[in-house]
Amino acid sequence: MKSTGLLTVPSKKRKFSDYMHRYGTLYLLLALPVIYFIIFKYIPMTYIQIAFKKYNIFKTPWEMPFADKNGFEYFIKAFANRDFLYALRNTLMLNLLDLIIGFPAPILLAILLNELKIRWFKRFTQTVAYMPHFLSWVIIAGLALQLLAPTTGLVNIVLNNLGFESVPFLNKSENWVMTYIFLGIWQSIGWNTIIYLAAISGINPELYEAAELDGAGRIRKIIHVTLPSIRPTIIILLILSLGRILGSEFDRPYALTNPLVLDVSNVIATFVYTYGIRGLQFALTTAVGLFQSVVCVIFLLSANYISKKFGESGII
Amino acid sequence: MVQAKNVKIGDIVVIALCTLLILVCLLPILNILARSLSSSEALIRNEVTLIPKDLNFNAYKMILEDAKYTWSLTWTAILTVICVCLSLFMTIICAYPLTYKKLKGRKIISTFIVFTMYFSAGTIPMYLLLGDLNMLNKPIVLIVPYSLNVFYMIIMRSFLQQIPESLRESAEIDGAGPIRTLFSIYLPLSTPVIATLCLFYAVGRWNGFSDALMYMNDRFYYPIQLLLYNIIRSISDIEITTQEGFSPPGLTESLKAATIMFATIPILIIYPGLQKYFITGVTLGAIKE
Repeated sequence: MKSTGLLTVPSKKRKFSDYMHRYGTLYLLLALPVIYFIIFKYIPMTYIQIAFKKYNIFKTPWEMPFADKNGFEYFIKAFANRDFLYALRNTLMLNLLDLIIGFPAPILLAILLNELKIRWFKRFTQTVAYMPHFLSWVIIAGLALQLLAPTTGLVNIVLNNLGFESVPFLNKSENWVMTYIFLGIWQSIGWNTIIYLAAISGINPELYEAAELDGAGRIRKIIHVTLPSIRPTIIILLILSLGRILGSEFDRPYALTNPLVLDVSNVIATFVYTYGIRGLQFALTTAVGLFQSVVCVIFLLSANYISKKFGESGII
Repeated sequence: MVQAKNVKIGDIVVIALCTLLILVCLLPILNILARSLSSSEALIRNEVTLIPKDLNFNAYKMILEDAKYTWSLTWTAILTVICVCLSLFMTIICAYPLTYKKLKGRKIISTFIVFTMYFSAGTIPMYLLLGDLNMLNKPIVLIVPYSLNVFYMIIMRSFLQQIPESLRESAEIDGAGPIRTLFSIYLPLSTPVIATLCLFYAVGRWNGFSDALMYMNDRFYYPIQLLLYNIIRSISDIEITTQEGFSPPGLTESLKAATIMFATIPILIIYPGLQKYFITGVTLGAIKE
């Protein structure tokens, strides 16, 4: 095949058939995934227009008439809806707390693990710390309900024995928020160290030796060698987190919530579920979903832009 | 002298903090395990912390005798196997062609796929689409709609791209087409990434409940997590009322703990053995295109 191609000057047609002969199968392989993305990712995007229309179960989204106020009726209604405004506030609040408290946690743990010199103990710590990542939020909620229950939970029994009063961790709004954040860290801290540990293991050992010659101790080596070396990784993960600031998980708040704390636990994803799938208000909830997606993209692109502006690497 | 002492104190602090972390991660599981093995009387008297009181397996026996639990566990296992096979197949046939640098349209197809990672239509459009496709409340709705994960596809592609192209070229000189090259060269070298993605997809399906909550009304097809959610929720609502003076039936306590253990144990057994694989997998996902 190859030699004939070298000897004769191939015509355009010949070139194309050669190309298809070699690579045609690859397009066949790609056909199924591409169809998958068209059906399950791109066709739903055509349903977004429902946000601007009067929903009618008997018509396709294309046939539905436009909603009032130039089609923006449901966006206006959403921002007049108390539940949605609460959900918006809660989404922002919980994500910001996750970012402020939860983002630095795995970085600190990775540095800590890197300081651990006993190999088997380090490996064991890592294995145990990865475990919560593999538990579903339903199971974590089950664990939390049992451990943190006001009278029967292990944590409160310990608190009582130490002379403290019981804390209603999940049944009072302020406590629930902190429990939510803590459980998030508990679940993800170990797992999120993987990337940082990989970055740390790529640091040139000579840098540490040089710092040692300059008389740097453990803390100064961390500040002057480890942290600057993993800065690009930190920045990339920070951009991704900022992009998710208005994104909302469903499983975590939905599994952890209870009727006593709905004022802080209702986020956009649970709002869309209750109002849309349970309440059948499709136009309103599609509008809310579109608002959320657009804000997410804007945040992601801005974070990326700012990071590049400051001479850091971006993600796109 | 001072230096040496500092180092020692530092090491002790590091070890102490890591031990604390281990305890915080393990104690909740050990507590639930102890509760699941204890008698209901001991649970009501708040006597169980980490060691089971009046050791017995009644809760586990009850679960194994209850068709609702055994069927849900079996069904979720079947579902997980089907999902893992389908997802791996889709991920491979999507990632492999995209490793050919000479493939025309590679960039466009990549962008077309990666775009969906940053912008999605949202919950309701997906729900309405599945309704129009007539998939709601049918078992297929728990298998197909999320069968291909873009992030995992990127992990797969990054891994395949690390395999030297000279290997592919030598196979091509021997007359092997893309499919034969995939089976004879790429797949045999891809055990780490295949193991990783098997784990990720399996955990995703085993732990997932929101798709069933939204798209599945038929209780017969509820995966274990949704069943578990309903159990925990119904009991926890009782617990809230106990503050006003009702008392919860003790056996449900150990039953709940045993159900949690049943849904957790399969994963706890599998993941430590795959540790070195999934670390490579996660690290690959972080490589920038």
